[in-house]
Amino acid sequence: MAESTSLPFVPSRGGAVALRWLLFAVLALFALFYLMPLFVMITTSLKSLDEIRTGSLVALPESVTFEAWTTAWSSACSGIQCEGLRPYFWNSVALTVPAVALSTLLGAVNGYIIAQWRFRGANLIFSLMLFGCFIPFQVVLLPMARTLGFIGVAGTIPGLILVHVIYGIGFTTLFFRNYYVTIPVELVKAAKVDGAGFFRIFWSIFMPLSLPILMVTVIWQFTQIWNDFLFGVSFSQAGTQPVTVALNNIVNSTTGVKEYNVNMAAAIIAAFPTLFVYAVAGKYFIRGLTAGSVKG
Amino acid sequence: MADWLERNVPRILLAPSFLIVLIFVYGFIAWTAWVSMTRSRLLPKYEIEGFIQYERLFAAPRWDTAMNNLFIFGALFIVVSMMLGLLLAILLDQKIRIEGALRTIYLYPMALSMIVTGTAWQWVMNPGLGIEAVVRGWGFENFAFDWVIDPDMAIFAIVIAAVWQASGFVMALFLAGLRSVDDEIIKAAKVDGIPTWRIYSAIVIPSMAPVFLSAFIVLAHLAIKSFDLVIALTGGGPGYATDLPATYMYAMAFSRGDIGQAASSAMVMMAVVFAIVVPYLYSELRVKRG
Amino acid sequence: MKGIKFAAAAAVILASPSLAFAEPQAEVLHWWTSGGEAKSVAVLQKEFTDNGGTWTDMPVAGGGGDAAMTALRARVLSGNAPTAVQLKGPAIQEWYEEGALADISAVAEAEGWADVLPASIAEHMQCEDSWCAAPVNVHRVDWIWANADVLKAHDISMPSTWQEFNAAAEKLQAAGIVPLAHGGQAWQDATVFEAVALGILGADGFRKAFVELDEDTLTSDAMVAVFDQMRTLRGYVDRNFSGRDWNLATAMVMNGEAAFQVMGDWAKGEFLAAGKTPGVDFLCASTPGDGFLYNVDSFAMFDVDGEDRQAGQALLARLIVGKNFQKVFNLNKGSIPARTDVSLDEFDSCAHLSADDMATSSQNGSLLPSYAHGMALRGAQAGAITDVVTAHFNSDMSSADAVEMLATAVANSL
Repeated sequence: MAESTSLPFVPSRGGAVALRWLLFAVLALFALFYLMPLFVMITTSLKSLDEIRTGSLVALPESVTFEAWTTAWSSACSGIQCEGLRPYFWNSVALTVPAVALSTLLGAVNGYIIAQWRFRGANLIFSLMLFGCFIPFQVVLLPMARTLGFIGVAGTIPGLILVHVIYGIGFTTLFFRNYYVTIPVELVKAAKVDGAGFFRIFWSIFMPLSLPILMVTVIWQFTQIWNDFLFGVSFSQAGTQPVTVALNNIVNSTTGVKEYNVNMAAAIIAAFPTLFVYAVAGKYFIRGLTAGSVKG
Repeated sequence: MADWLERNVPRILLAPSFLIVLIFVYGFIAWTAWVSMTRSRLLPKYEIEGFIQYERLFAAPRWDTAMNNLFIFGALFIVVSMMLGLLLAILLDQKIRIEGALRTIYLYPMALSMIVTGTAWQWVMNPGLGIEAVVRGWGFENFAFDWVIDPDMAIFAIVIAAVWQASGFVMALFLAGLRSVDDEIIKAAKVDGIPTWRIYSAIVIPSMAPVFLSAFIVLAHLAIKSFDLVIALTGGGPGYATDLPATYMYAMAFSRGDIGQAASSAMVMMAVVFAIVVPYLYSELRVKRG
Repeated sequence: MKGIKFAAAAAVILASPSLAFAEPQAEVLHWWTSGGEAKSVAVLQKEFTDNGGTWTDMPVAGGGGDAAMTALRARVLSGNAPTAVQLKGPAIQEWYEEGALADISAVAEAEGWADVLPASIAEHMQCEDSWCAAPVNVHRVDWIWANADVLKAHDISMPSTWQEFNAAAEKLQAAGIVPLAHGGQAWQDATVFEAVALGILGADGFRKAFVELDEDTLTSDAMVAVFDQMRTLRGYVDRNFSGRDWNLATAMVMNGEAAFQVMGDWAKGEFLAAGKTPGVDFLCASTPGDGFLYNVDSFAMFDVDGEDRQAGQALLARLIVGKNFQKVFNLNKGSIPARTDVSLDEFDSCAHLSADDMATSSQNGSLLPSYAHGMALRGAQAGAITDVVTAHFNSDMSSADAVEMLATAVANSL
């Protein structure tokens, strides 16, 4: 795996073994740091509410129960509907998949143009797009609400897709542009001499090279859109609320009793799709890179 | 005609995205600028009243705290995440057999919504429940880790949780970057007997400049927008010691019905972003063009 | 199948204009999403459906309604306002001024709301000359809760002045018990602050300071004394209070780790959920001083098109103030009914105390809106006060500085 590109520190035989152990120790230590909150979440989700109320919050459960998990999935109350996260899951899928696909596609085309078909002003456009990444979303809520009402997609899934695509373009363009800019311009020139057009070059030369950056972009967009709460809560209505809004409804009650075990289980369930994407896409990172003549 | 089309395909394809950005980013910034000059409360109004909102903003001690926090938090968060991300990427790049598992472990925090991981972090960092209590339980009675309840240190607790969340993604970016560095150059350098650390510092890292740009943009954007994190971990407290401009703006706009004030704080935030990001972009893009 | 559905739908569309009564429809935006709260709303939904209505639930939790208010603004601006919205305090009048609310006077007059609601609470439901919101309950904010066993073991009775409280606290602290269970979140700091202020400033002083924003009262020596007492209380909370949820503080009282908590009567729900009995396991009393700070939840009807939705608003308003709902809902929620003619037979002793005090204070003019829970002031002003309160409580700022900051912050928020 990726052998050709790795750069091992190999001073001498004996030192190598020691270094190797040190390396593992450091990596393991970091792994513990990253896993700590997850540990707390999982153990809490397996406890009964009584045990949480009386015992230490960070201890292992005395008796394991999966009740909180089934509650979170199918019977936790989010308002008067006690159907758990299940019904909201589909809304999230229905908005995340198209929004990720569209914004990634637009980003790939934009990045390709800006990196390889440089025309006057292209860099300025790129800078404007990049700066756009920084606009705090709280700022755009109100004018965006007006706009969505004006177009007639307020409170609908297409409306939410539109919003996510609009504010995703900056990042997807950034990722693809920074990747494509490392591909020599001579490649395009040669292809042009051979008579290939804009689309042909994109499709048969750039797309096959794009797997790693495609994965980075998809991971990023998927995470951002799936985990988005602010747009989800503002631009949805009854029936189109995404899973984060339902999660928030289950978790955040001001004057109700807090069921920490259900909350933690719900959070982990809501994160499953992203976790899944990470596990799978992570694999393709490597596969894409070892597939061969990536580095033009 | 066909020829003109062929030549202008790139421009035509870029145009819709450009237009969208123009309207939905810059148009909305202009809208915010306008509203920041008004006395808007519950809903936006459009009668210009002058700079009253900015005067109010700069008179508010809470805004001072929020801006200071943004600089401390932003700087630490970006630097630490980049260093940690790069370190982890380099370490993981040493032909580790369990790389896949480790990579997922480092990356997963990004997948979780802070709405709830915030609670977990609250418990972990709470001196009475989390790390401090556990370590003291082991017999180290004097051990203290109480940043989250100390008004002077709480912002650093936020940095820890933020680094935890984002550094894995930065690692992934760097890992992808490391592996796209040209092997031939590295092999040649090795043949010449150049030590490994020199190969990294003189060849590998400099050739990853675009990756640094991506990482910087991603992190700076997260820093500016950090909102869920603060709300979930400290709720801005103790007091308002961990307030950030984004939480300030949200509180003004939506819980306090003071939209004019929120708009003025947003404009100041945009100005800060502009002052930091534009010079950086300029230098980065100039190098690229050359 | 499809054909039949379509035919049926077409028949409804064609028939509806000629119908005398449109089928009531309501999309209800609220932030009661969990456990007991959600069950309480479900009661309303059931009554609504039983009366032929169709209820669409639009719950948005978080931050005591902040997220719901964000969603509300977006919905109103996009021309897609919900039918009914959980809204309270001066925010009702603010939305009215934006021209967003519907008039429900017809229902209110037919049902005689003016006769059954305490005057000061009725006032919150009125916009100029019309009724624009329906009250659901009355939460009392100035409660002090205590662990009965802990008090008995240390021979302490419920304090009736803050001096008594301080003396009791010293005693408890010496015995290794946390005197005051508290969660260091801004709204909880503000809750304690207003209870202290009511005790020290008295009802009139409270009204001057937190309703009328009278500068003299805000900068008075009595206000300095209020901040002094806050500083004293700061010494009675445990080290880890920062950011703690209110219910975890309640748990500390429950398991005897702490003796007292100052919190609204939603805390009762937490005690009851843990199987504790009022008067036996835990005690409730009003915080030292006279007066009653109320936090009234209510629903406002937004200006919407369509006969069905307007019919829904009328039905909803009627049901919310109806006797049955007021009883069942408040039994679930820990609060007391807003209307005063509901039988309290099934309510517990704390609720009885609350209802009696409300009646008394309504007569002697000490029935006051809670500032900390958004009943007394516009959001910007209440927020400005809370900023100072929480900054003082969580630092070593002097009371004099705090009072000065308070005056500046209030002036700056106007």
